[in-house]
Amino acid sequence: MSFLEYAPAPESRAILSLRDSYGLFIDGEFVDGRGTPFQSISPASEEKIATIANANQADVDDAVAAARRAHDRVWSRMSGRDRGKYLFRIARLIQERARELAVAESLDNGKPIKESRDVDVPLVAAWFFYYAGWADKLDYAGLGANPKALGVAAQVIPWNFPLLMLAWKIAPALAAGNTVVLKPAETTPLTALLFAEIVQQADLPPGVVNIITGAGDTGAALVGHDDVDKVAFTGSTAVGRAIAKQVAGTHKKVTLELGGKAANIVFDDAPIDQAIEGIVNGIFFNQGHVCCAGSRLLVQESIHDEVVERLKTRLSTLRLGDPLDKNTDIGAINSREQLDRIRELSDAGVAEGADRWSAPCEIPENGFWYAPTIFTNVQTSNRIAREEIFGPVLSVLTFRTPQEAIAKANNTPYGLSAGIWTDKGSRILAVADQLRAGVVWANTFNRFDPSSPFGGYKESGYGREGGRHGLGAYLSPASVTSAGRGTPRAVEAAASAASADEKPARRTRRPARPAKKGAAK
Amino acid sequence: MSGTSLVTARERALAVLGGEPDDATLRRYLHGIAGVDAVGLEQRAAGLGTRSIKTSSKKWALDRIISLIDLTTLEGADTPGKVRSLVAKAMNPDPADATTPRVAAVCVYGDMVPYAVDALGPVHGDPDDGLISVAAVATAFPSGRSSLEIKLADTAEAVANGADEIDMVIDRGAFLAGRYGLVFDQIAAVKEACRRPDGTSASLKVILETGELVTYDNVRRASWLSILAGGDFIKTSTGKVQPAATLPVTLLMLEVVRDWHLMTGQRIGVKPAGGIRASKDAIKYLVTVAETVGEEWLQPHLFRFGASSLLNDVLLQRQKMATGHYSGPDYVTID
Repeated sequence: MSFLEYAPAPESRAILSLRDSYGLFIDGEFVDGRGTPFQSISPASEEKIATIANANQADVDDAVAAARRAHDRVWSRMSGRDRGKYLFRIARLIQERARELAVAESLDNGKPIKESRDVDVPLVAAWFFYYAGWADKLDYAGLGANPKALGVAAQVIPWNFPLLMLAWKIAPALAAGNTVVLKPAETTPLTALLFAEIVQQADLPPGVVNIITGAGDTGAALVGHDDVDKVAFTGSTAVGRAIAKQVAGTHKKVTLELGGKAANIVFDDAPIDQAIEGIVNGIFFNQGHVCCAGSRLLVQESIHDEVVERLKTRLSTLRLGDPLDKNTDIGAINSREQLDRIRELSDAGVAEGADRWSAPCEIPENGFWYAPTIFTNVQTSNRIAREEIFGPVLSVLTFRTPQEAIAKANNTPYGLSAGIWTDKGSRILAVADQLRAGVVWANTFNRFDPSSPFGGYKESGYGREGGRHGLGAYLSPASVTSAGRGTPRAVEAAASAASADEKPARRTRRPARPAKKGAAK
Repeated sequence: MSGTSLVTARERALAVLGGEPDDATLRRYLHGIAGVDAVGLEQRAAGLGTRSIKTSSKKWALDRIISLIDLTTLEGADTPGKVRSLVAKAMNPDPADATTPRVAAVCVYGDMVPYAVDALGPVHGDPDDGLISVAAVATAFPSGRSSLEIKLADTAEAVANGADEIDMVIDRGAFLAGRYGLVFDQIAAVKEACRRPDGTSASLKVILETGELVTYDNVRRASWLSILAGGDFIKTSTGKVQPAATLPVTLLMLEVVRDWHLMTGQRIGVKPAGGIRASKDAIKYLVTVAETVGEEWLQPHLFRFGASSLLNDVLLQRQKMATGHYSGPDYVTID
């Protein structure tokens, strides 16, 4: 027997008691959807997990109306301290049900249980704990005293980190006093629906959190709804662009967190063993279904061969297979559609002359799988160096000088994240300063923390999530928001009225200085 | 078991270093090796520690751990009686279960070697053949603070008494002062003192005492230095200084061993020692070895645990796997 063929160590599914079908979570209750229900399947086996309701326009109207009522009558009037209590309660319930949530996430998404257990779910709890602490401290969010919630937030999240993206969206929104209607991705609705159960368990006032399921048209109906004040979206750049067009000219505030093609820059003095781990973690974490994945490896030419050899050795030890096995490193690709896209771009890489190498691993018969793959001999003009693959595929490029590394790293329509590997602290600072990326990791990759703002440059979106900045995305300075919702003109008019009416003493003194500052810019 | 011959070790060092192993040359070489990022190293070690080893894998792992143990007693109060008791335990760890493998070696102070050899009798031999070897700590263990002459005499005496393996300590003071040449020369001299009249040689384990080197960069350099100077094994600790063996330090040393093997084709052993008390922890080390240098390292001439209390915990786990329930400390013997 080979020791390295570890005996199966499956996490038990017994902890998870799923229903056969799930409705929409509106106004504190599960209700039937009026669209045609759909199936959620396990991407590792293609088995059906549950039937999921599909929200049509009328359902979206109901959800937004419930959120509006809850905002106006309950949530916006509640003290920050009380809102915080609810959020702390949710955070604790997430910890209590952590194992169950991790199993559900791995089942529905295909990610390895060790990631859902050790990364996703702990971060979800951390996000709620973090923003729970902010709920009664909004005066310190950087927007002046007594900032106001925006109102109803429409939130649409992707399938790569279903529950974590839910937490990134819901926790700051609720802390700031907004109510939400959230739509999880069509392929991964399960943990959002379990979260709805947690919301019930926490006794959150009805309508504060509403979760509606469905495909792209449901999302479009939600984002386009007139009574929504804030749109927060994480997903593809194409959809993000459509949303930006849809909400342009309305009063809605928008945050978009979109695609990426991050450069992971490895200098010749890097701590080599840790850099190899970082490269692996950067692109093969979550099967590469990470918008900030380090999908372009920029390695100094002098150590290229050594790095590639070490990478291949390391990749050969990765275990691909059952996401619920505790020793699995690489799980399933989330959907057939995504698998097709990965294959298409990979084939394009070969056609353009790059060299493909895939780790030797047995691919299970059912489900959607893609072996960890690296491309060498990649040119900056190749599609695999330009387009987001969103899969376990790494493109290796080389550079000669720090200037060239920076130029190549920035030469992308995206700008979400980047990594720097070097033993030289001054170089970390100098290079990070010139990278146009929202997050720059030094000698690490794919590390997240609720207190750290996350977001992109250019086509990677706008706005920041996490930290004080993430809170600010759900708040307005007191004078503007007290006007409530309406057309931009109405908001403006109301805002000026409010500033004149409400706090004349403070407001009259202020305008002169900021105006001057603004002009100077 | 015999170590590599001294001549080839020195020639290899000269070839790798491109010059005489003096302070300046060694400094250039050792400081030219890529650094270690502490956070990343610890993260990787923690990741390896999450492997879930169950059922048949666990059964194999427990038996393998036993056969990799250097059962150790290094007390001022050691007596011939204590050593005989230790040897009896080493030969027959679980009297209730004859299928229990033997440990790899007993590890004692130099003056206790004759008693260990005597007690082992016909079982004394190469652990790769299922026998038990005798390891002796030498070179003014644990501090190493004495003259080279005394260290060499200490070593030669243990070898003459029948020790198969010598666990020497490096001069940490010299290492931290940057006198790499001195450390190199001392290891090389001790290696020479391991030689027997018949031309064979006792295997040399070089103890870095990582708890006193403190930084991972130091551990990495000391590992390279010890291997260059001719060590057959690199060992973390004496067990007398805290922290002793840790998983990140052992991982780092395994990475050096892996790189050395890639470069020269020579396989060097690794011995974490001190502080490994639970089967669960020992299994993490097996996983780390297998996933870093490969499974072929999981044999007595390439990997050892320096431990005393670990053995009984493994025996308890072993009994549990056989019977389905936990017993207690009175169902395993003390040595």
